[in-house]
Amino acid sequence: MRSQVINLTVNGTERELLAKPGTTLLGALRDGLGLTAAKRGCAQGGCGACTVVVNGAAVPSCLIPVEVADGATVETLEGMASGQHLTPLQQAFVDGFATQCGFCTSGMLMSASALLAENPAPTRDEVAVAISGNVCRCTGYAAIIDAILDAADRTRAVGSAAAD
Amino acid sequence: MATTKHMSPIDTGYFSDERAAAFDVVGTPAPRSDARGHVTGQTQYFEDVAYPGMAHLKMHRSARHHALVKGVDTSAAETTPGVLRVITHRDVPNNWYTILRLIGVQPDDEPVLAEDRVLYLGEPIVAVVAETEAIAREAAAKVRVDYEDLPAVLDVEEALKPETIVVNPKHGHNYFTYEGHHCRRIRFGDVERGFAEAPHRFTHTYQSAPIEHAPVEPTGCVVKPEADVRLKIHSDTQACYFTLDNTALILGVPFNRLRVIGGTVGGGFGGKVDVMVEPIACIAAQLTNRPVKYVYERAEEMQVSSPRAAERITIDDGVTDDGRIIARKVTILVDAGAYSRHSPYGTTKAAAHMPGPYTIPNVWVDAHCVYTNRTPSSAMRGFGVTIADFALESQMDRIARALDIDPIVIRLRNAYRDGDMKAHRKEVEGAALVEVMQKAADLVGHDLPADCRAMSSTHREAR
Amino acid sequence: MAILRGRGFAAVNYPTGMNLGGDPSQALIHATTTGSFVVTLSSVDLGQGLKTVIAQCAAETLGLPLENILIDTADTDTGPHCMGTFASRGTHRVGNAVNMAAREAREVMLEAAAEELEVDAADLETDGSGFIKLKGSEEKKIHVVDLALAAHFKQGRTISGRGIFLKPKSEPVPETGEMDPDSCQAHACTVAEVEVDDETGEVRVTKLTNVYEMGRALNPAMAQQQIEGGAWMGMSHALYETTEPYYPDRSHGAHTYSEYLMPGPGDLAAMESAILERPAANGPFGGKGIGEMTANSPIPAIANAIYDACGVRVERMPITPEEVLRGIDALRAG
Repeated sequence: MRSQVINLTVNGTERELLAKPGTTLLGALRDGLGLTAAKRGCAQGGCGACTVVVNGAAVPSCLIPVEVADGATVETLEGMASGQHLTPLQQAFVDGFATQCGFCTSGMLMSASALLAENPAPTRDEVAVAISGNVCRCTGYAAIIDAILDAADRTRAVGSAAAD
Repeated sequence: MATTKHMSPIDTGYFSDERAAAFDVVGTPAPRSDARGHVTGQTQYFEDVAYPGMAHLKMHRSARHHALVKGVDTSAAETTPGVLRVITHRDVPNNWYTILRLIGVQPDDEPVLAEDRVLYLGEPIVAVVAETEAIAREAAAKVRVDYEDLPAVLDVEEALKPETIVVNPKHGHNYFTYEGHHCRRIRFGDVERGFAEAPHRFTHTYQSAPIEHAPVEPTGCVVKPEADVRLKIHSDTQACYFTLDNTALILGVPFNRLRVIGGTVGGGFGGKVDVMVEPIACIAAQLTNRPVKYVYERAEEMQVSSPRAAERITIDDGVTDDGRIIARKVTILVDAGAYSRHSPYGTTKAAAHMPGPYTIPNVWVDAHCVYTNRTPSSAMRGFGVTIADFALESQMDRIARALDIDPIVIRLRNAYRDGDMKAHRKEVEGAALVEVMQKAADLVGHDLPADCRAMSSTHREAR
Repeated sequence: MAILRGRGFAAVNYPTGMNLGGDPSQALIHATTTGSFVVTLSSVDLGQGLKTVIAQCAAETLGLPLENILIDTADTDTGPHCMGTFASRGTHRVGNAVNMAAREAREVMLEAAAEELEVDAADLETDGSGFIKLKGSEEKKIHVVDLALAAHFKQGRTISGRGIFLKPKSEPVPETGEMDPDSCQAHACTVAEVEVDDETGEVRVTKLTNVYEMGRALNPAMAQQQIEGGAWMGMSHALYETTEPYYPDRSHGAHTYSEYLMPGPGDLAAMESAILERPAANGPFGGKGIGEMTANSPIPAIANAIYDACGVRVERMPITPEEVLRGIDALRAG
């Protein structure tokens, strides 16, 4: 089988890459485009460390053949922060001590980002469901859930301040 | 400080004289120096390092619990397009080691790659280095091993029976030898006399099963041959010098031939102290003169990387009417699996932990490090102590209920105090078991009698 | 068919340091002309936050703000020896080594400042904001960047320090087990509250109350991370996790995260915790190690709570719904 030209819009920029058969979206991002924030924890879709947002949905990029993603809009953690300023979501994780080893953090932030884009005022249970595919071995999840709820509050506060 | 984290209050009412101090930076919730890197995806883990021309290593592993290896056919692997090198035990300069040999643990009982036999399901036999992971995996699967099955020893008590087959020929029997003896011993006082004097006797056995660290970042490394003949190892090891020293001895090179770069790990919990991937990756890098990446698949991380040992613990207590344990006899069987790794050390640590944080005048412990045909166990968070605490504190509860004594009161009566003698003959200092129980009772509204509320770790009250 | 509620207790201690000692760590500190004091180590951060707590130790001992501390780890070509991160030894051993190095560096720093300010070193103090100043004076002071430049270019002096912590190795006496296994002990008490479904055997941990005595909480937020994360892992050990569910039979072992059962974000227990401090004489600022122990007391507390709820004593981990249900059935059978 021959390699295929894949076109993706990654973090707002159009990217083109040549992918061998068997390349996953995760592999294309990490090895093809040098975007290493998404992590390879299991390659089985079971840990969520590879979570990115494709056409608005949080997905396990290790299970997606890159050919299937051809033409899609992909958001990775590298697209979340620009320069010195963190988004309310990222800042909430920092202030809330919601990271320990950090390996699950990229996936958690992408799952949270997809949730908050669709549901700006989630309940605690809705947050738990949104991250139920993201394994964390260090934190016990509570601080992560708190940070996502805090981020939702901060985002709404910024929104209403802007509206005033 | 803008932390939003809920923090547990520090109750300064306890040990207030001892703890009084004024600090500027210590004792504050200083923000984590790594948090910004984590939330922006800039923290670098070993697998985020890539080199041009990097090759990939995958392992062909034992399909049997216990077998002689009559033959290994690597021809199909070798002729797979994209395969750079196939590595067997003959390519390993010093194939036998044990990770704690540098602190005097002997013998070297584990091969980097299996020679004439395999002792556990998943034991590494042949390494395949290829242009891509997919090719390495495919070629590793093509290796053919001719096994002659041996009986598999999977139960620790079976393993200790004299008629059972020997699992690890380097030991000659199915237990680690502690200075010529079959177990680590604690002998303090006279337990038989204590049992004779005790009106109550409680004998129970507790059992755990192996537990995996399962860190989200799997075990792995990237090794790069440098221009000056040295090898640069990017590793998620928890101990750079364990890795460096053991790898150098296996490779038969001076220690300063190797450089280990690490320090940022995606979860360890004790599972990344076994030096399982670096030696073979270094050999691969030397033989191919290419950078080599070797990272565990999740299935390998689950079943092949060392777990916390399963333990079988029997506690035999002689207890007075008011719930004081005056004799405690403990037998610990630690399932070390096929090879020593850190288990001889962990078993000693388990013995040192006995009889728990209680002052007991007669203590007898036999702690056995037992070999079986399973994945070697090794260090995990709470090594030697976690399962022991399950046993010890379950036992405490049973004694309390049988004698109709409040569960906190019985622990307070037995709790060690400053100046007490421990079973390993070290004097207690800095004790605080009494106080953590008093505080916990407060928090949950569990009433304690006045004499218990007045107790202190700093001295033992008169009876 | 009922939900049965119960409460259980457990109290434990945990040793700091590699068992029997013989596990040294070294630290080197040098001041650069940019204002940073670089702490060079070969120590490993697993996510427990070693790099942060070590920076705090260095900042405290040097008398400088955290922003002036740079942690440089791990590269065995440039970092001095460290035994590794395990046995709850990091904060204790590396913290002690860093404090020793920082004390030496601070002494040199004050001597250099004394020369610049033309005063006695004994009359100098650090104000915690980056200045070394004469006690009782607001004007006679020098910033650490200016001092580093002066020391390097004018005085020809290095501002640096070296540290090591070693607890000498103890050998157990074979016949009695007499030995010196640890540097100090931390303590914990957990109270667990559970609900047991007597139809399914499922156990839900509703609350964990934890009290930890840890010598000194060098960073209370990071200590909290260990308490919470460890309690979760303890709950996971007690009720869910194993690679061999039919141990000693090896069949049906997990190969994926889907098969390796652990509590998820929807299975959490409410948690309330408190910290006590009884500083260890040999710990950095009295600190003891707690990274490992936080999974330990929750496990038997949960086992004891299950007994309290339904009268079933499970002697085997993990305590699965199957085990609990068999126990309930046995009690019913009489």
